[in-house]
Amino acid sequence: MESTQNSISSSESLLKILSFIRRSLAVVPALGWLIGILCAVLIEYFFGDTLAVMLYLPKVPALFGSTMVLKQPLIFPWAVLFVIIVYVLPVAVIAWLSVGWTNRAAAALSRIPIWVSVLLHLGLLYAVLHVWTEASDYRLQVAKLIMIAVMLTLSINVINGYMGEFSCSHPGFMALGAYASSICTLLLFKQDRLFGAALLPESLGPIFFPVALVIGGAVAAVGALIVAIPSFRTRGDYLAIISLAFMFIVKSAIENIEPIGGPRGMGGQPHWSTLPAVFAGMAACIWIINNFVRSTMGKALNAVRDNEIAADAMTVNTRRTKMVAFLFGAFWAGVAGGFYAHEVRHVTPGSFGIQQLAEILAMVYFGGLNSVVGSIVGAVSISMISEILKPLGLYKWIIIPLILVLVMIFRPTGLVAFRDFDIKKILGARR
Amino acid sequence: MDFFLQNVINALQWGSFYALIALGYSMVYSILMLFNFTHGDIFMTGTYIGFGVATGLLALTAAVSWSLPGWLLLVLTIVISMFITSFLGVVVERVGYRPLRDAPRASAAITGLMIGIMLEYGNLAVLGTRRLKFPTIIETVTYDVGGVFLTNKKILIVGVALLLMIALHQFIQKSRWGMAMRAMSYDFQVVPLMGVSLNVIAPLTFAIGSALAAAGGILYGMAYPVLDPFMGILLGWKSFVAAILGGRGSILGAALAGFLLGFIEIFTAMVFPSTFRDLIAYSIILLILTFRPYGFFGQAHSTQLRL
Repeated sequence: MESTQNSISSSESLLKILSFIRRSLAVVPALGWLIGILCAVLIEYFFGDTLAVMLYLPKVPALFGSTMVLKQPLIFPWAVLFVIIVYVLPVAVIAWLSVGWTNRAAAALSRIPIWVSVLLHLGLLYAVLHVWTEASDYRLQVAKLIMIAVMLTLSINVINGYMGEFSCSHPGFMALGAYASSICTLLLFKQDRLFGAALLPESLGPIFFPVALVIGGAVAAVGALIVAIPSFRTRGDYLAIISLAFMFIVKSAIENIEPIGGPRGMGGQPHWSTLPAVFAGMAACIWIINNFVRSTMGKALNAVRDNEIAADAMTVNTRRTKMVAFLFGAFWAGVAGGFYAHEVRHVTPGSFGIQQLAEILAMVYFGGLNSVVGSIVGAVSISMISEILKPLGLYKWIIIPLILVLVMIFRPTGLVAFRDFDIKKILGARR
Repeated sequence: MDFFLQNVINALQWGSFYALIALGYSMVYSILMLFNFTHGDIFMTGTYIGFGVATGLLALTAAVSWSLPGWLLLVLTIVISMFITSFLGVVVERVGYRPLRDAPRASAAITGLMIGIMLEYGNLAVLGTRRLKFPTIIETVTYDVGGVFLTNKKILIVGVALLLMIALHQFIQKSRWGMAMRAMSYDFQVVPLMGVSLNVIAPLTFAIGSALAAAGGILYGMAYPVLDPFMGILLGWKSFVAAILGGRGSILGAALAGFLLGFIEIFTAMVFPSTFRDLIAYSIILLILTFRPYGFFGQAHSTQLRL
């Protein structure tokens, strides 16, 4: 009797502790979390090496120790200790201690125009990323690829989530954007064996980069017309085929155009995908797409998805809506493709095939349809899991699909689906 | 003229593979209203199972020093592999699709895609990266028919494919199970009220579709003996296109469209440089679908997506 009472009380107290932690974490505003994470990465920057040596780790763990642990399982406890000391404890302690004044600051910020608050938070987030990626080039590349994945996932969510199509054409849009922006930059700025001498000085480059990206996006949008126009007459499964055919056509067309490299691909783009550029691109993408889906046009997408005939009867111009959705999604996929091309600096048609399609679909369906938060969650999770499991080689591609199948069975529309992205609520005071 | 006829024969052979795989897609769609994207990888697994069975049979007959005639060996291989692969189809249905029966169709499609990826990489993990060579069951004999070269393999492939399609047709039209499947394809919500359970018909459909895919795989292994774990992707997706082209849910349409796709690809390669094959074949398909959006024999179902 006594032992069961003890065990009941111990599980009760465990639940109490968990709910206490949850409640105390819930009152921390975004500002508090960002400041806590900034302190954590600063601690890692200054004390990481000495701490690693003290804990018998070969070096500062690159991705929270996961790669290290998978290669040498015996250092698991030390890696966990490192993560706790460097990341978990500082974030928790600073976030909890600063609850008072960060909430007051957030309340004060909510009284001035919101763009000030947004810029402040973005600046803090960028500082976090900047310090974190100082440690190694690998981290820098992982961070950039994750941000590009966020852009891609957002753009496909516009078509697959908000408009409810099953579109397999996204690698095609990405390829068009990558190649178009690469051709622009190579043509104008680089001494290149394909295009001859540079036409403009390279110092003008970083100013021109956004223009090149927009050109890439525009080319992708024009290509999207090939998918958008048949979509007026067909929906659902037939559109899936048309978009699939489009992807194969783009891939095959690029492979056959010898001047831009054919199957061997195009390389040597100038390295303009710096962290600030990609970060700015991602922030702009989230902002613009969020505004788009909250506008009347975005609601029109949802209406066309739910019942096209009823939407038509309610004065929604279904043709224009479908066209805009495809072109808009394709534009951002093209921009993401442009960033990707200037990051990896060698693109081949083969990298925009079924494998890429499977990855993009995994990201958007894992994260959640019809939600900006879901796209971000999905892109970051799948990219991180993909990087973390890299030492496992091809078992990675058995584990990731398994995770996705489980998510599909238990939450068929994704983890965070149909959720609104309300900046005011996210940045606001929590107490 | 010889050249043309030669390509007709090649197209018939190439189209048989598409047709056999497209049949599986069509059957599953007509009953469950969803596309089974795992089908291409079931085809690949069926080919590997056929490889295993054929190698086993050859080793067995060598050990017992019997010498079975080639055609008997082929028949045994096909029958046994079809039997084994049908179980794989049933497992995929039970694990991947049954829990998602009420879910949006896109989720089921993604699940199928992911199971397919797991099959590919599982194969790679278990069997390694070494490409396997399908054992020669039948020696190639070339016949010269007035300038056109026919091999017995090509005749066999087209013949077996047609035989299987006719057998399927007879099964669906004349047997009670076939009648149940046809009824289910009209309305899968009401027919279970009449005593035909979807939980029986769906695995049956998957089993038959997978068996056909395995047969196609063995025929493919006979024609192109090098196996690799990713062979199912391209053939699978193209057969999917063929199934849609024929009209979703229409079995006759799937078979015809499979042969048509084979003809389009071979004749495109005949006329244009072969690197343009995919580009032109898919552009033709895009055009056909723009003007006949529901395929050849498909009906305009309601365009409402079950989201």
